[in-house]
Amino acid sequence: MPQVTIDKNRCKGCEHCVSACPQNVLEMSDDINVKGYFYSYTANPQRCIGCTMCAIMCPDMAIEIKVHGTQYKYFNY
Amino acid sequence: MAKILMKGSEAIGEAAIKAGCLSYFAYPITPQSEIAEYLAKRLPKIGGTFLQAESEIAASQMVFGAAGTGVRVMTTSSSPGISLMSEAMSYIAGAELPAVFVNIVRGGPGLGGILPSQGDYFQATKGAGHGNFRFLVLAPANVQEFVDYMIKAFPLAEKYRNPVMLVGDGLIAQMMEPVDFDNVASTPQGDVESWATTGCKDRETNLINSLFLDPLKLEKFNDKLADKYNRMRDEEVVYEEYAMDDDPDVVMVAYGTTSRVVKTAIDEFRKEDKLKVGLIRPITLFPFPMDVLRNLSAKSHVKAFGVVEMSIGQMLEDVKWATLERKPVEFFSRKGGIVPNPDETKDFIKNIFKKIGA
Amino acid sequence: MKTIFKRPDSMTDMVTHYCPGCTHGTAHRMVAEVVDEMGIRERTVGIAPVGCSVLLYKYMDTDMHQAAHGRAPAVATGVKRVKPGLIVYSYQGDGDLASIGTAEIIHAANRGEKITVVFINNAIYGMTGGQMAPTTMPNQKTTTSPYGRDVNDVGYPMRMCEMLQTLRTPSYIARASLHDPLHSVQAKQALKKAFAYQNENKCFSFVELLSICPTNWGIPPVKSMDWLVERMLPYYPLGVFKTPEDEE
Repeated sequence: MPQVTIDKNRCKGCEHCVSACPQNVLEMSDDINVKGYFYSYTANPQRCIGCTMCAIMCPDMAIEIKVHGTQYKYFNY
Repeated sequence: MAKILMKGSEAIGEAAIKAGCLSYFAYPITPQSEIAEYLAKRLPKIGGTFLQAESEIAASQMVFGAAGTGVRVMTTSSSPGISLMSEAMSYIAGAELPAVFVNIVRGGPGLGGILPSQGDYFQATKGAGHGNFRFLVLAPANVQEFVDYMIKAFPLAEKYRNPVMLVGDGLIAQMMEPVDFDNVASTPQGDVESWATTGCKDRETNLINSLFLDPLKLEKFNDKLADKYNRMRDEEVVYEEYAMDDDPDVVMVAYGTTSRVVKTAIDEFRKEDKLKVGLIRPITLFPFPMDVLRNLSAKSHVKAFGVVEMSIGQMLEDVKWATLERKPVEFFSRKGGIVPNPDETKDFIKNIFKKIGA
Repeated sequence: MKTIFKRPDSMTDMVTHYCPGCTHGTAHRMVAEVVDEMGIRERTVGIAPVGCSVLLYKYMDTDMHQAAHGRAPAVATGVKRVKPGLIVYSYQGDGDLASIGTAEIIHAANRGEKITVVFINNAIYGMTGGQMAPTTMPNQKTTTSPYGRDVNDVGYPMRMCEMLQTLRTPSYIARASLHDPLHSVQAKQALKKAFAYQNENKCFSFVELLSICPTNWGIPPVKSMDWLVERMLPYYPLGVFKTPEDEE
């Protein structure tokens, strides 16, 4: 299962990643980060298919994605 | 290559090349377009960079870009064009970059005229652009001197990492005079890798920048600029003393084209009237030769000063300041592009002597 | 595990000053990704504009040069002309490029400068607090068009790709958008093409990226994407307007 790590203190709570995720993996937390933003987190990590669309849409380089072995490429980014 | 007869504009272009400046961005404007025309022919042949920009604004910003990579770079223009370059001048000083600007001054303000003028003295020495920065300003009086100071301008700009300006006028730019390029040797450029944008291979990244949002940092930077300009005052003042060795009663002050007229007037006046008059000719307009004038104003033999300038009195203010007006400072000027002639300058000197009752 | 997505090496690790959801950050990242993928970090010089993205120079881990407002294409010309071996790009907003810098961009394009220009069109002045830009939409309210942009008074929004396309000098001109993953992927491809043309010393390259400004539009980030789709896309058609091959 691909591993999505969100640096919660880089996140500014813009929700682009949540909106971009086709698998409803991400949700906005009820907690706030050091800057007072509700940050995004992997609510359903098991649903992740490693498409990286969340990371593509993140303006703050807060999302890093790792996969086991080969990654199924949906598109050429 | 012995002396050759050369038009001022072309000599200025050749001098830049001899100085090791092979990058030139400019925009046509009378009376100095021939500099661009000359370099348009020469630079491409010697692996240099010549580009005519869409405006003086763009030309000066191209100079800013090129200067940021550490190459020797220059632009030339005339009064209205120089006004358009003031933004880039401020950025270049604010980013501590060496660059050379040449202003072939013409009548102003506004579109003005195309004939010689010295009406850009304030602009060059005090108001080249926003912020606490100054140009080191050189004012050659003839074509050979322009060549000599073009060669010196680039190492001076690099010594201070500050822009240098040479001011001339249409007379110097359009006149042909004998020029000798033989004993003209350029000083090689120092290392620029510590600050220039040459690509960060094998080093930390470099940044050309004049943005200081932190007021403490900007204040510190302004203090650094102040030190630069004080150092210029201490080390770079250049002026000529003419007919000053017999304790003259009247000391004239003039630079550039007008100083040549004043010298002729002095020679003839001394022959005809047997009265002692001399000339102090500033060659650096900034740093202005304050000390020599201040010392002279304290001398008993000096009864008055006479300033001749093609403006409504700009260098005049620096002379008043330098002499503290301990003695009268008389002023004679022609404007609009008219160059004062020796006869009317002699009359002016006569009147000064009349006033001081000599 | 293999990392398949992370912050590009050509970026510093600084957290940007941009407002939440502002697509400047995405555009920055894509430029850095292209620089990484082409392996040109050590010979790239970026020209930062005046505007929200002036601090680009803090976020890019390459040699950078901060230019006066609107002058980046001229500064880039100066750098490229004396150091043709460098990869030089200017990154500019719509106020910088389409307003005060109009002459500079048109003439850089017309001379065919071998530079790349990344043009962020978010239909407003961001840094100074939401004033009308040359790209502000008809009837769009801003602090200097409080009753909506009146095209009879201040004219229509300027379409830079279409303007530059009319220039005879060969160039690569494309418009893309950052409003969703599909279009962001296309935006990245356009940037890759643009930098490739420069790397092959082929022609001037220009990529306009439709972007959002949630703070000054007064619309939350995700909804701002919808506003871009409904209002900007119809007026600013996406696609490749010109390639150097057209002129051959």
